[in-house]
Amino acid sequence: MTTEEHTARAMVEAVGIGRDFTVAEGRFPRRVKRVVPAVRSIDLTVRPGEIVACLGPNGAGKSSTMKMLTGILSPTRGSLRVAGLEPSRRRTTLARRIGVVFGQRTGLWWDLPLRDSLELTRHLYRVPAAEHAHRYAELTELLELGPFLSTPVRQLSLGQRMRGDLTAALLHNPRLLVLDEPTIGLDVVSKATIRSFLARLNREEGTTILLTTHDLGDVERLCERVVVIDRGSVAFDGGLDGLRARDPGSDIETVVAGLYRDGAARP
Amino acid sequence: MADPIAPRRVPHLVPRPVQDYARLAWTWTRTAFQYPAGLALMTTGVVLSVVAEFGAVLVVFWRAGELAGFSMAEGMVVYGLAAAAFGTADLLMGNVERLGERIRSGELDTMLVRPVSPLVQMATDDFSPRRLGKILPALGILAAGLWWAAPEWTAGKALVFAVLMVSGVVICASVWLVGACLQFFVADAREAANSVTYGGQALTEYPLAVYGQGIVRAVTFTVPLAFVSWQPVLYVLDRPDPTGLPDALRFAGPAVAVLAAAVAALAWRTGLRHYRSTGS
Ligand SMILES: Nc1ncnc2c1ncn2[C@@H]1O[C@H](COP(=O)(O)OP(=O)(O)OP(=O)(O)O)[C@@H](O)[C@H]1O
Ligand SMILES: [Mg+2]
Repeated sequence: MTTEEHTARAMVEAVGIGRDFTVAEGRFPRRVKRVVPAVRSIDLTVRPGEIVACLGPNGAGKSSTMKMLTGILSPTRGSLRVAGLEPSRRRTTLARRIGVVFGQRTGLWWDLPLRDSLELTRHLYRVPAAEHAHRYAELTELLELGPFLSTPVRQLSLGQRMRGDLTAALLHNPRLLVLDEPTIGLDVVSKATIRSFLARLNREEGTTILLTTHDLGDVERLCERVVVIDRGSVAFDGGLDGLRARDPGSDIETVVAGLYRDGAARP
Repeated sequence: MADPIAPRRVPHLVPRPVQDYARLAWTWTRTAFQYPAGLALMTTGVVLSVVAEFGAVLVVFWRAGELAGFSMAEGMVVYGLAAAAFGTADLLMGNVERLGERIRSGELDTMLVRPVSPLVQMATDDFSPRRLGKILPALGILAAGLWWAAPEWTAGKALVFAVLMVSGVVICASVWLVGACLQFFVADAREAANSVTYGGQALTEYPLAVYGQGIVRAVTFTVPLAFVSWQPVLYVLDRPDPTGLPDALRFAGPAVAVLAAAVAALAWRTGLRHYRSTGS
């Protein structure tokens, strides 16, 4: 074990990270460049074994934050460590330590049957055959992949595909799972399957889970801790109880909506 | 598990990217063979396009007898070498030209979170043996041209020629990759890049002397494609350079290849660093 890993007490350690995009606007002669801060400044520490949900209105910067955490985007400012590594510099090494699912896209190969996609994933992550067989059997059973293992990924329904994606992200047994809207577009039953699977994963294997969602059901069912992001900054970070306590009379949805509106009212 | 966070270390002799390349290419090849009719049809299409191109070269030589002092046999060598190098580069790296699509669809994001070079993933995605439909006929034309032109062979010459051929493939692949990397910066750069690569290919298919000195000099020094076919042909046929460039240039292929590959690697790294994903 290297010292790097020894010092990695937190799974995610973000201090003041932000990301600007320069966008050009207007037609050719009058084109002007403008800097859009997608993420202004986010402090976030996630300890091993936690499940943390990021909430926030559309365009708040949740996905951009997840992309920085996974090394896809390099932060414009701030310091960031994930699983002991600086993501944008050590992206490939980091990829071996974490699992990532973007609900809007797939990490599987469209034209391959699910089984082949998972087999390919095993090779790319260099999972030893015996370990793979064990995990593959376990995951296919828990996520009920059996009936569509030989179906090409492009023919899977959204819920089936999402379960396949989760399996692919977990075959190499990552300690941290990053999920961007894992329950988007799923029916009640699929959502319930995925939520209980994630809860079990966290409980039995101690996998740290960081997810973004618009579904408060995910939060209530899964998380102790909620981070509300609004316009690129953290508007709330704390327990679900703390969130409820902000307005004891009303339900959780009203409280969150109030947080979004508070943010909008700030200068 | 003792140390779940530690990366697994598998001892290997073959570099990891090469292993990954082989694994991905093999998976796609197997998939392609699952639809043999489609594969056969597409391969036929590729073969026909080579036949058509080569037909055009033949017609030109047949009408002119010889071009700028080059016989038809020598023309076949020039064409065969260019087409084989382009075909091989296309087989190995051709898919990188779809970078823009990958960026727009968000596929590049998914490639970036896998522990495999995104360049390898991009190059192998949809890897298809149909491209052999270009390489094999081109090699046939090259062999026939060499047999007909009958230069004097020595073991050393054969070796140098092989090195020049490999350099040609590396040069083509590098030019291709640089063109593709433009798509990191410009949304619709694919057209621009294609004019470099495909336009360049048409240029290399005729003896360069046909185009006149000015263009030849420009091409030799700006677009390094002359080292793909023209200079190796001068070498293998023992020809003085009709445009008056120094003979030593014909050995510059490997150096040009290394330089082109370095430029391509730099373009790729710079592109990735500037990559901004998409908004959704
Ligand atoms: N590649 C990009 N180029 C320019 N602007 C971008 C880019 N990616 C994101 N943005 C902008 O950054 C802001 C934050 O986007 P982001 O996708 O992170 O939001 P989000 O919280 O995930 O929203 P949603 O809930 O709708 O998914 C938005 O205003 C978006 O327009
Ligand atoms: Mg989002």
